[in-house]
Amino acid sequence: MAQYEAVIGLEVHIELKTDTKIFCHSSTEFGAVANRHVCPVCLGLPGVLPVVNKKAVEYAIKAGLALNCRIASFSKFDRKNYYYPDLPKNYQISQYDLPIAEHGHLKININGTDKRIGITRVHMEEDAGKLVHQGTPSTTPYSLVDYNRTGVPLIEIVSEPDMRSADEAVAYLEKLKAIIQYTGVSDCKMQEGSLRCDANISVRPVGQAELGTRAELKNMNSFKALHKAVTYEIERQIKLVQSGERVIQETRTWDDSKGVTLSMRSKEEAHDYRYFPDPDLAPLVIDQRWVDEIKAGLPELPDERRARFVSEYKLPEYDAMVLTATRELADYYEQCVQLFNNPKLVSNWVMGDLARMMNASGREIGDVLISPAQLAEMLQLMDKGTISGKIAKTVFEEMFNTGKDPGKVVEEKGLVQISDAALIDKVVDEVIAANPKSVEDYRAGKEKVIGFLVGQVMKATTGKANPGMVNKLLKEKLS
Amino acid sequence: MELNYLTAHQLHDMLVSKEVSAEEIIRAVFDRVEQVEDKIRAYITLNKEQAVARARLVDKARAGGEYLPPLAGIPVAVKDNICTNGIRTTCASKILYNYIPPYDATVMERLNACRAVLVGKTNMDEFAMGSSCENSAFFSTCNPWDTGRVPGGSSGGSAAAVAAGETVLALGSDTGGSIRQPASFCGVVGMKPTYGAVSRYGLVAYASSLDQIGPLARDVTDCALLLNVICGHDPLDSTSAPYNVPDYTSFLNGDIKGMKIGVPREYMGQGIDAAVKDIIYKAIDVYTGLGAVVEETTLPHTEYALPAYYLIAPAEASSNLARYDGVRYGYRAKDAADIVDMFMQTRSEGFGPEVKRRIMLGTYALSAGYYDAYYNKALKVRTLIKADFDRAFEQFDLLLAPTAPVTAFRRGEKLDDPLQMYMVDICTLAVNLAGIPAISIPAGMAHNLPVGLQLMGRPFGEGDILRAAYAFEQNTDHHRKLPQ
Ligand SMILES: [Zn+2]
Repeated sequence: MAQYEAVIGLEVHIELKTDTKIFCHSSTEFGAVANRHVCPVCLGLPGVLPVVNKKAVEYAIKAGLALNCRIASFSKFDRKNYYYPDLPKNYQISQYDLPIAEHGHLKININGTDKRIGITRVHMEEDAGKLVHQGTPSTTPYSLVDYNRTGVPLIEIVSEPDMRSADEAVAYLEKLKAIIQYTGVSDCKMQEGSLRCDANISVRPVGQAELGTRAELKNMNSFKALHKAVTYEIERQIKLVQSGERVIQETRTWDDSKGVTLSMRSKEEAHDYRYFPDPDLAPLVIDQRWVDEIKAGLPELPDERRARFVSEYKLPEYDAMVLTATRELADYYEQCVQLFNNPKLVSNWVMGDLARMMNASGREIGDVLISPAQLAEMLQLMDKGTISGKIAKTVFEEMFNTGKDPGKVVEEKGLVQISDAALIDKVVDEVIAANPKSVEDYRAGKEKVIGFLVGQVMKATTGKANPGMVNKLLKEKLS
Repeated sequence: MELNYLTAHQLHDMLVSKEVSAEEIIRAVFDRVEQVEDKIRAYITLNKEQAVARARLVDKARAGGEYLPPLAGIPVAVKDNICTNGIRTTCASKILYNYIPPYDATVMERLNACRAVLVGKTNMDEFAMGSSCENSAFFSTCNPWDTGRVPGGSSGGSAAAVAAGETVLALGSDTGGSIRQPASFCGVVGMKPTYGAVSRYGLVAYASSLDQIGPLARDVTDCALLLNVICGHDPLDSTSAPYNVPDYTSFLNGDIKGMKIGVPREYMGQGIDAAVKDIIYKAIDVYTGLGAVVEETTLPHTEYALPAYYLIAPAEASSNLARYDGVRYGYRAKDAADIVDMFMQTRSEGFGPEVKRRIMLGTYALSAGYYDAYYNKALKVRTLIKADFDRAFEQFDLLLAPTAPVTAFRRGEKLDDPLQMYMVDICTLAVNLAGIPAISIPAGMAHNLPVGLQLMGRPFGEGDILRAAYAFEQNTDHHRKLPQ
């Protein structure tokens, strides 16, 4: 039986973090009371005209540059005509044949190998509003519309169909998100809808050049959902093809609760959007000097930062990749290293205990209570021998939960390491006296027993004894 | 002479010299409205109370020794597709019969800032689509010269109001001749400024790339005064031109010696009424007599202006009018089964036949598979038409032509034949496609009806046009004739 491969392309909508909307001065603040942030322009009232927000254009260019795109010197806005109650003008101002940026790419890393994914285009458009349905059609047969989002600036980033698996699709989206977040032009919060992703998926026998019939997948609002939906859809299509059936070109929605994709509308119902240049907006003539300025202002992007982490901090490739996955995490790491110059140790803590506890608590790096300075301070306490590595784990946990300074945690819980030779000496003697059998075994050559004896000393000191000193003393006394 | 028949500049002088008060002026206008409105039907909405209050404020300011700008206290009628904050703006459509804008169009803000007084909102063809003012969803306006005839369109209400003495000045909008053609039919001065000279913010769009607000007035001086107020860059309209607006009255000095005027032969050929043509030849004689050099010229793509216009304008209209769906404001169909049904019924019941015709035409022209054959080709024709004008203006300062091929026709005469109705705008359409300015001024009478003379100029060449129009006016007295 033939082997099949999937061909996947993603269309990602990202909300730009401007203060005001793309064609008027209304606020873009998230979560306001319904219809608070509206004006005649974003409501599309009769007679109004759009005027493009220069910041939105700047952000779109910035995103395009970060994705290695060519920025158009001449671009324009078009109208995409369709009827929907949350679309005040019944057309959306978008870009059709002359997008602001084209021909870019980004790199993903799959099992240690880099793969280049092409970016077809980046274009600008306005967002639509939101329908709030009241009850069911039979009980309350009406819906309300909230136009706060209408006119919020979006960029749509369309990839080439270069991905072959759900893993690659997720890696692409993660990288895309990281790059855009690095540029600062968007928060890319999937849960708030500031990053939305659709996928075009088709399958074909391995070795076949032409593409199979594709389905468009919508409504995947997390990386997990994207992975599950793409996996499901690939399997569904392969099964269809293998059983001799046809894949229908259609739009499908991901039902996360049921874990299946469902048909939304077929191609036969597809819209004719009747695109044409918006006569209310002058074409965008983009000055190369402006583009150069924006380019000069681009921050260090994930790939560059990863490379620098390897060369500057001598980190393993893997550590560098994990630490640079988001700008916040990378910033956190670097701030910590500035204060405690042991890059690998800091990396271990950030990728180990910090990541584990963030995962367990569902916290993002931005909401973590331990500041980089506090983490550095804790590492210094360890370094000075004030606390042991084991105690550090306890201290760290308390810091994570309360945000307290490490010194304070150590003091409050009485966790200072015992390095008093006389005191340790006394406990060691007691342990030797209480475990004659073990002492005998050790002297008979069973060196492993030393571990048990160290453990007894630590237990007696509630873990506070300096383990190095305990080891050394025990060996001295038993030889 | 009654106050309401005087010009704005005469009234301004009288206001300044305290011969008359602003309240007296506005009352004279409303007296006239009361007298003739049921015959003319120029207004959809009258603004009497607020107008009188505003006039009183002007009088108060004058009493306080304040400076009175040239249009302070001057009654202005405004076409009902220009948004007026708090005052119903219907576009003469059932679909907006109850719509009250929450904001003022930029031109309204400018009129208010110079203390002009809004008389009311004038009748028009629905959404400015038409050439006779018979496509209004409310009622037809009559031509003050002969109430059995149309006033022209689509700014017929504004032109008729000026001609009938129901206002002193008026604003219209011109997409394919909608100011100039009714000005011609009603014997008043009407001007379409350069595209981008006047902000379209607040003008309910018909065809965005062609629409332009402009003045209707009793004489060229008033036209210049109103232009002075409405022209200028507006940050709310990205198609508005950033340019220094001159004082347009400074061009009114009567001197046109050596001015080169071209007469495109395409505008003087078939389809132009012989009596109209005769009057245009007489106008040419006037210009020659004043020392202008008048020569025949050619705009070879003129015959394609009409088809190009009837693809581009409806295409834009089909999109501009999509927002009238019953969801947010205006008319909403009752008892619809679901949202799609509500959209369809609302639009089906809310729009008149001409609007529907153009929406369908535009939807077709933009649809996949036909875009290149129609819309795109029309854009190419538009470029050729522009190039025709560019070439002509290398040689001539102005172009001269009739405004309309005929005088005002009888009401109902062309109502059942849209193509014949479209032909009435044959002399004005190309100007909008090219974006250049043009004026229509009274040039005489044919068949006992006014005939308009059209002067077209270079982009932002309003000054040249006004200079030539004023020279003509100073040497004739057609503009002084009043309908009985
Ligand atoms: Zn707004």
